[in-house]
Amino acid sequence: MPSRVPSSPPTKSPCRSCWLAAPGLLWMSLFFLVPLALVFAISFASRGTYGGIVWEFTSANYLDLWHPLYGKILGQSLWYASLTTAICLVLGFPLAYTIARSPARWQPLLLLLVMLPFWTNFLVRTYAWMIVLRQDGLVNGLLLALGIVDAPLELLYTPTAVVIGLVYGYLPFMVLPLYVAVERLDPLLVEAAWDLYASRWAILTRVVVPLTMPGIVGGCVLVFIPSIGSFITPDLLGGARSMMIGNLIQHEYLVVRDWPLGSAVSFVLMGIVMAAVALYYRHGARASGPLEGR
Amino acid sequence: MRRGSTGLSLVSGLAMLFLYGPILVLVLYSFNAAHLSMAWRGTTLKWYAALWHDEALLAATANSLLIAVVSTIGATLLGGLMALGMEHMPLRRQQLIEGGLVLPLVIPEVMMGVALMLLFVMLKMPLGLTTVILGHIVFNIPLVTIMIRTRLRKLDPALREAAADLGADSWQVFRYVTLPLLRPAIWGAVLVAFTVSLDDFLVTFFTAGPGATTLPLKVYSMIKSGVTPEINALSALLLVVSMACVAVSLQLQRREV
Repeated sequence: MPSRVPSSPPTKSPCRSCWLAAPGLLWMSLFFLVPLALVFAISFASRGTYGGIVWEFTSANYLDLWHPLYGKILGQSLWYASLTTAICLVLGFPLAYTIARSPARWQPLLLLLVMLPFWTNFLVRTYAWMIVLRQDGLVNGLLLALGIVDAPLELLYTPTAVVIGLVYGYLPFMVLPLYVAVERLDPLLVEAAWDLYASRWAILTRVVVPLTMPGIVGGCVLVFIPSIGSFITPDLLGGARSMMIGNLIQHEYLVVRDWPLGSAVSFVLMGIVMAAVALYYRHGARASGPLEGR
Repeated sequence: MRRGSTGLSLVSGLAMLFLYGPILVLVLYSFNAAHLSMAWRGTTLKWYAALWHDEALLAATANSLLIAVVSTIGATLLGGLMALGMEHMPLRRQQLIEGGLVLPLVIPEVMMGVALMLLFVMLKMPLGLTTVILGHIVFNIPLVTIMIRTRLRKLDPALREAAADLGADSWQVFRYVTLPLLRPAIWGAVLVAFTVSLDDFLVTFFTAGPGATTLPLKVYSMIKSGVTPEINALSALLLVVSMACVAVSLQLQRREV
């Protein structure tokens, strides 16, 4: 309800309509900021004998994270997420390029085709890969029929399956910012490079990539963030040894019931995510606008 | 790059196959008569029929719908009011709130789930439908606010000025000018919030007690306890429902421009 006509200066100090934002802000403070603060506080407390919390300041939880077991999970999470990002870039760039250079009337439809799977249930999409990758699944069936392998491969419950699932889940996040960047790239610049006898590689590395850099950074960050924090994909497609940070958090909270340690792991994860967000706002935001979507 | 286009189209085609292949396989197998093997034993609808008689599944569906409806209404009201309230704030404050609203969207969902669970446990609130709804409103408010704000920014200020010049008071301007213009964005936001709530797994996983099993939680436990043809049928149905919601939402958003 605008209490003032927009043409008048909007900074009139007793802004009556501004109060409309109050209930929503209150809700977000109470059910988002307070819980986060709680997790932060607990990460410095210690665990009681029966799983409760003892409110005594300690940094032991963060020091515990240097244990090789946690280090391994942290390391492989970073590795899976980075690999996922790289594969998405290699797959997504040609796709974005093709869409951006196709006839204008086809572009919205093609983008919709890329985005549509993203809007369907994540659990169901991950489950679809279990069917495809299982021992008697489609991939093994094809490989056996073509005589490429003699015995079915162990595909499901491996790190490979986790990375495939992550690429599948987050590829649309790569394509969208890349599409925006390629769309802004003037085709005449590429033509000019051809006319000047630049090699294909030179055109790619010295014209296309530098000019679409904001889109590349934006896409990479948008893929990396959900990948590093994923839970469902490693839980369903990975084995016991391809655990990621998200699974560790769930394990500490619900299985071991060591809430302080789980909270410390959560904040390490949040630190990684925030670093990626900062990178996004410095280099990638121009190509893709504010971070949206989940 | 005309000369490189065959290679590009090939990779793009493969990427599309990658995106849709598994979904198609899943839908196809939901009609497979074979019980355990992946071999094709003819088409059947019996797995869909079996879903219809699964009491626990129907209860989970009812829970999911209830949660989605209530949390969508809550988030649309709170988020819509927030978008309207932010409009006349000083720019700095608008940017601050906008930055804060991005946080729930980028933060790992696992973390949001455990944080909410901690809060509810500390407040000694029993985990159940109520806590799930409270949590779903949290992740839907930013989505709704951002969508409605985008539309508000595109509105021509002249329309509202004209109404005010013609003697409409601020309520009438809102009721007869702003609200009708916002309607497509509001319905779009409603559908997105509804879909996201219906599909949510992680926040629900941490905030639902034993009595508040939702459809995704049910799917999860079915997958965990072994792959059966019923899950294929259920999954195919869920795919169709979310795709339909998105299609309608996009149609609404396109009309608003």
